[in-house]
Amino acid sequence: MRTFFLLIVLAWMTTGTAFGAADNSGSPDLFGRIGNTSSADHHKLAILQGPFKNGPQVTKVCLTCHTESAKHVMATKHWTWNFSNKVTGQNLGKLSVLNSFCGSPHSNWTVCSDCHVGYGWKPNGIPIDARAYDFTNESNVDCLVCHDTTGEYHKSPEDGGQVFDLAEVAMSVGRTSRKTCGKCHFFGGGGDGVKHGDMDSSLYSPNRSLDVHMHAGGLNFNCTTCHTTIGHQIAGSRYTPKAKDLHGIDVPGWTDATRTSCESCHGFTPHPKHPRLNNHARRVACQTCHIPFLARGGKKTKIWWDWSTATRLNSEGKPFSEKDADGYETYTSQKGTFRWASQIVPEYFWFNGLIQYTLPGDPIANERPLKINNISGSYGDSGSRIWPFKVMQGKQAYDPVQHKLLIVHTAGDDDSALWKHFNWDKAIKAGMASVNDTSYSGKYDFVETKMYWPAAHMVAPVADALKCTECHSRNGRLANLTGFYMPGRDRFPLMDTLGWILVAIVSIGSLSHAALRIYFDVKERR
Amino acid sequence: MKKVFIYSSFERFWHWTQAALIVMLMLSGFEIHGSYVLWGFEKSVQLHRHLAWGLIVLWAFAIFWHFTTGNWRQYIPTTQKLAEVAIYYTKGIFEHLPHPYKLTKLRKHNPLQRLAYLFFKLIISPATWISGLLYMYFTEWTAWGLAGYLSLFWVAGIHTAAAFLMMAFFCGHVYMAFVCSPITAHIRAMITGYEEVEEDE
Repeated sequence: MRTFFLLIVLAWMTTGTAFGAADNSGSPDLFGRIGNTSSADHHKLAILQGPFKNGPQVTKVCLTCHTESAKHVMATKHWTWNFSNKVTGQNLGKLSVLNSFCGSPHSNWTVCSDCHVGYGWKPNGIPIDARAYDFTNESNVDCLVCHDTTGEYHKSPEDGGQVFDLAEVAMSVGRTSRKTCGKCHFFGGGGDGVKHGDMDSSLYSPNRSLDVHMHAGGLNFNCTTCHTTIGHQIAGSRYTPKAKDLHGIDVPGWTDATRTSCESCHGFTPHPKHPRLNNHARRVACQTCHIPFLARGGKKTKIWWDWSTATRLNSEGKPFSEKDADGYETYTSQKGTFRWASQIVPEYFWFNGLIQYTLPGDPIANERPLKINNISGSYGDSGSRIWPFKVMQGKQAYDPVQHKLLIVHTAGDDDSALWKHFNWDKAIKAGMASVNDTSYSGKYDFVETKMYWPAAHMVAPVADALKCTECHSRNGRLANLTGFYMPGRDRFPLMDTLGWILVAIVSIGSLSHAALRIYFDVKERR
Repeated sequence: MKKVFIYSSFERFWHWTQAALIVMLMLSGFEIHGSYVLWGFEKSVQLHRHLAWGLIVLWAFAIFWHFTTGNWRQYIPTTQKLAEVAIYYTKGIFEHLPHPYKLTKLRKHNPLQRLAYLFFKLIISPATWISGLLYMYFTEWTAWGLAGYLSLFWVAGIHTAAAFLMMAFFCGHVYMAFVCSPITAHIRAMITGYEEVEEDE
């Protein structure tokens, strides 16, 4: 039955998005099909022959056939950078949250807008802020950034969308790929692998050991194979992760048709020969065992970012940088001190999917490190499972008088950008002004922070998954999760002591008895 | 001295199979408990489960045998000659005095043995069985309506406590097997079924 469902799901996937990446490779997919399965060859469309002067011109042409696509895109987080968490009531999305990497995009559009799926953040090369951006202009939707298949397309730093042969890119459009998604998502936080720990450029063409599903020579999954899309809405969320899938296998017509959980394809009993492991899946996320380490694709991920050391200049009054032996920056005058790591053992926590953010403007809690996002979950909550996390730590600017995190204007060519002028006060004033916040007291300091990033990618095959004793041992990976008994990890110290004493008494008693018997025996024989 | 047939073939089969199972269960069990590394946690868990079922099946047969043959009466405790036997093991044995208790097929255990085996059968075994099965079916507790009444801490604790008692019993039992003359007499009896007893006058 299980295999049957898996086949249905596989068949459904392959008719849709799953193996689009292999379209032009000439090698057959799992069902023996070769070549492009799309119903339209955009090279044959006269309207796409160009020439195009800029991206929005291409978009207008796209919209002549795909009339509703811009509306769909404009309803997504990719466009709005806005997300409302119905449970916590918090307004999230990039326009609202502040992370423990670059902080906030506000006032930093010259860099941050590169990953918005729209044009027009930098008209004539001059960045505008979110208040001035036209979120209603359909021709500002950037179709190509996601649908490019040439790998040539990029938004130039000066003006969104300008490349040399826009027409060729436009005619080559196709399904999204690891490459298009990865362009932003593998480079979050300002560089390759910086942010997530489970996503970096090694996933462009991973081997089986790194990612059993995306394995370029095997299943070759795209991001959208799991992050299914309906009307450009992409399933899966960092703000409201599904910590425990209650649907199981997603059969079309029966469930919500999203596949961003392992159970969507593998069901609730994914280990046919190991019922004990299936039982684990109730309380342990698949990721916990099948993502044995973070950053295991050969790239490092950033684990510490201390902003407080930024703005130091060398003896000539110039910014400088330092690198580790592998070429990773450990200090820059612009950004401060970094620590990097690969093959990281994740940290594990009970997690039910609920995340509460410390938003700019929120009074900060007294705990140190301050939690930029606070994850919920416990052993007693049946909706919680043990999840692996990358825990990002560092120091960030805050207002010690107002007890609030500060938005810092880092990137830009103006006279207040931190990365150009190395003046915190000016940069903070400009950053806070960009969100109309006038509460900055004029005093700033740095607070130690941490941020939780649940890991869900770089899924390992069985051979690389964790073995029992990684957790079922005295000082295993789950040593910090208390409040429940775990075989192999926990003992009963007093009883163990008494138990061994009892065994010792019986044994020593027996041996003494034996010694006495021998003694009297020998004595008698004499 | 004459040879008396004491242990039937089923009893001998039961005894040695149980001994082997319990040794293996203790070895795998204390590895799962984290006391040492032997076969590896994963193998020990699998082994422990399989051995446990083996022991349960064996016990099912043994219980049937005890009741159908009436051998359960062998474990009825008695104070008759209890003190004599205790004195024998702490004093008389060193002076090579004769054992104060004579075995027959109908009374194959001396009063001390009776007490020890009764403790084994009424305390150690049931505690092991019940806690072990609950432990094994931990994930079914909710379905069985037990989740509100049990915690793995207590179930595992009782199972571990029973295991320590089992080990203590085992150590004593193994030693006592050699407390006879010649020292292999009991072992031989447990293999052949025949125990040498002193002839009645």
